[in-house]
Amino acid sequence: MLIALLATTIQSATSLLYATIGEIYSERSGILNMGVEGMMMMGAVVGFASAYNSNSLFIGLLMAMLVGALLAMLHGIITIVFRADQTVSGLALSIFGCGLANFLGQRLGPGGTSLVALSGPKLTKIAIPLLSDIPVIGPTLFNQDILTYVIYLLIPFAAYFLFKTRPGLHLRSVGENPQTADAMGINVNRTRFIYTIVGGLFAGLAGAHLSLCYSPGWTDDLTAGRGWIAIALVIFAAWNPSRAILGAILFSGIGALQFRLQAIGTDIPSPILNSLPYIFTIIALVLITWRERSNKSIGTPAALGSVYVREEKR
Amino acid sequence: MKIRFEKRLNPSRNIQYLIPPISILVALGVGGLIMKLTGIEPLTAYKAMLVGALGSSYSISETLVKTTPLILASLAICVAFRMRFWNIGVEGQIVVGGFFAGAVALYLPVLWESIPGPLLLFAMFIAGFLGGALWGFIPAALRAYIGVNEILTTLLMNYVAIMLVQYVYVGPWRDPHGWGFPGTPQFVEKAYLPHFPGMRVHLGLIIGLVAAVIIWFILSRTKWGYQIRIIGENIKAAKYGGINVIGSTILVMVISGGLAGIAGMSEVSGIMHRLMDGLSAGNGYSAIIVAYIARLNPFASILVSFLLAVLLVGGDQLQITMGLPASFASVLEGVILFLFLMGIIFENYSLRIERSKNHSGLLASQSDSQPK
Repeated sequence: MLIALLATTIQSATSLLYATIGEIYSERSGILNMGVEGMMMMGAVVGFASAYNSNSLFIGLLMAMLVGALLAMLHGIITIVFRADQTVSGLALSIFGCGLANFLGQRLGPGGTSLVALSGPKLTKIAIPLLSDIPVIGPTLFNQDILTYVIYLLIPFAAYFLFKTRPGLHLRSVGENPQTADAMGINVNRTRFIYTIVGGLFAGLAGAHLSLCYSPGWTDDLTAGRGWIAIALVIFAAWNPSRAILGAILFSGIGALQFRLQAIGTDIPSPILNSLPYIFTIIALVLITWRERSNKSIGTPAALGSVYVREEKR
Repeated sequence: MKIRFEKRLNPSRNIQYLIPPISILVALGVGGLIMKLTGIEPLTAYKAMLVGALGSSYSISETLVKTTPLILASLAICVAFRMRFWNIGVEGQIVVGGFFAGAVALYLPVLWESIPGPLLLFAMFIAGFLGGALWGFIPAALRAYIGVNEILTTLLMNYVAIMLVQYVYVGPWRDPHGWGFPGTPQFVEKAYLPHFPGMRVHLGLIIGLVAAVIIWFILSRTKWGYQIRIIGENIKAAKYGGINVIGSTILVMVISGGLAGIAGMSEVSGIMHRLMDGLSAGNGYSAIIVAYIARLNPFASILVSFLLAVLLVGGDQLQITMGLPASFASVLEGVILFLFLMGIIFENYSLRIERSKNHSGLLASQSDSQPK
C-alpha cells in the first residue's frame, strides 16, 4: 500500500519534472515561458495520436517533442524577434495550445474522429534487475517506465550542465546579464532561442508522459493545470534542477495521497481532495517567497522576462 | 541581405489602428489552414460560424448574451493589467462571485419571503462583487505584502474555486427534486435579472456598459488611475513618489475581482437562474485577449468583447450544426493574440532591408543607432 503510493508518486512526479527542468533551462536563459500548460497539452495529444496511429511509442514521443519544440519556437520568435511581452505571449501560447489540443483531440482519431476513450500503446514498467529487488526503494524507484529512468539521468545532467560547464555558464550569463554576455562574445538571442526550444522539447515529453503512461489515453483538459504547477515548481526550486526533485515529489505525493484516499473511501468529499494539490502549491509558493525574501538569496535570473536589443539601453 | 527593425522617430498611429483588424484577418487565414489540414472545408465552416453568430435576430441576441460577461470580465482585466498586476484569475473570481450571488438568491428569500425583487437583486449584486473581490484580495495581499508571483496564485485559485463551488452545487445544495440534475434548485423568479422583451439579453449588458464608463473615468480621469499606471510602469518611481503601492494593489484587485464577481452574478441571475455547470465557461481567459487587444481601454473592450463573442458563439454553432469541436474558437483566440503581439513592434519600429555586402556587423549597428 505504501509502496504503491510511493510508486504512483514517482510516476506522477516524472511528468512534472520534465516540464520543470525544461522551464528551468528556458528561464535561466532569460525567457519566461508561461505556455508550459499549452505545450504539455499539445505534447499529450500529439504524442498519443501519433503513437495510436503509427502504433509506435517511439514516434509518439518524437512527435510530442517536436510539437513542444515548435510551440516554444513560436514563443521564441514572438518574444525575441518581435520583442513582445513574454508574459502575454506565454499566456497566448497556453490558450492556443489548450484550445488546439482539445480541437485535435476530436479530430485525430481514426478517420477524423475523436481520440477520447481510445486505448493505444502505452509505456510499460521495466523492472531493473537487482536494483528493483531492494525492499521499498526497488519497487518505488526501479520498477518504472523508460521516461522516468531518463529523467533520473537528465536532472543530474542539467545540474552539472548549468553549473559546471562552459555552455552552462553562457546560458546563465545571458539570463543574468545579457549586456556583459554580449560583450564577452556570446550571441544572446541565439542562446535564448536555443534554450527556449529545449524547454519546449521537455514540455512536450511531459505531456506525452501523461497520455502515454501516467493516465494512458486522451481526455479534454488532460493536463489539468500541471503546466502551471511546473512553473510554480521552478520558483520553488529556485531555478535549481536538483531542488526541483523535492518539490515535484512533494506535490505528486499530495496528489497520489488524495487519489489513494478516494480509492479506499473517506468522508472527505472528493472535490475538496482534488483541490488540495493546487492549494498546497499556493501555500508552498507563499512560504518559499517569504523565506527567499528574508534570506535575500532569490535565484531569479536577473534578466528574466526582459528583451535584449544590443543598440538599446533598457 | 539583412532584415532588421529600425526604431521609428514617432510611434505610428495608423499602424496602431491597423494591427487588430489585420491580426484578426490573418488569424482567420491561419485557422482556415488548420481546418484544411484536419479535413474541414474552411469556407463552409466560417460561413456556419458567421450565420450562427449574426445570421438572425435570435443569433445576434445570443451573441449579445455572450458579450455581457466578456465586457465585465475584460474590464476586470483592464483595471489589473494597467498596474501590470497579471490577474489570470478572473475565471475563478467569476465563479466565486456567481456562487455568492447564487447563495443570496437561494437563501435570502427563505429568510425574508416578501423581500422586494429589486432589493434581492441588489443584494445579489453586492454579494457577487464581494465574492469576486474576496478571490481577488487573496493574491493581491500575498503579492503586496510578501511578493508572491500573482500569475501563479491567481491561476491556481481558478482550479480551487471551480472545484469547491462545483462541490457545493452538486453536493449539499443539489436540487432534491431535480432527478439527480447536477445543480441547485431554480431561484425564485424575482432573483432573475430583467431581460429585454423576447430575447435572453438581460440587464447585465447595461451593467457592463455603465461599468465601462465608470472604469474609464477612474482609469483616465482620476489621480488614482494615473497612480496605478505609474506603479505598473515603474514601481520604484511610484514608491519614491509617495504612492501607496500596497494599498493600491489591494484596491485594484478588489475592484478587478469585484467586476469579475459581477460578471458571475450577471450570468447566474440573468441566464442560468441556478448554480450549475457552465458558470466557468472560459470567459475569464477570453477576457484576457479582449482586454489586451483593446489595449486596456474600457470602451475598446466593449467592441472587442462583441467581436470575440461573434467568434465564440460561432464556435458553438460550428459544434451544433457541423459537429466540429467548439474549441476551435479558442484556437482562433490564441492565434489572434499571437499576431497582435507580433504586430505591436511595427508601431515603434519599421522593417528595414539592407543589402549589405561589405558592412561589418559593427557598422550596421552604428548606422542603426537612433538619433537622440
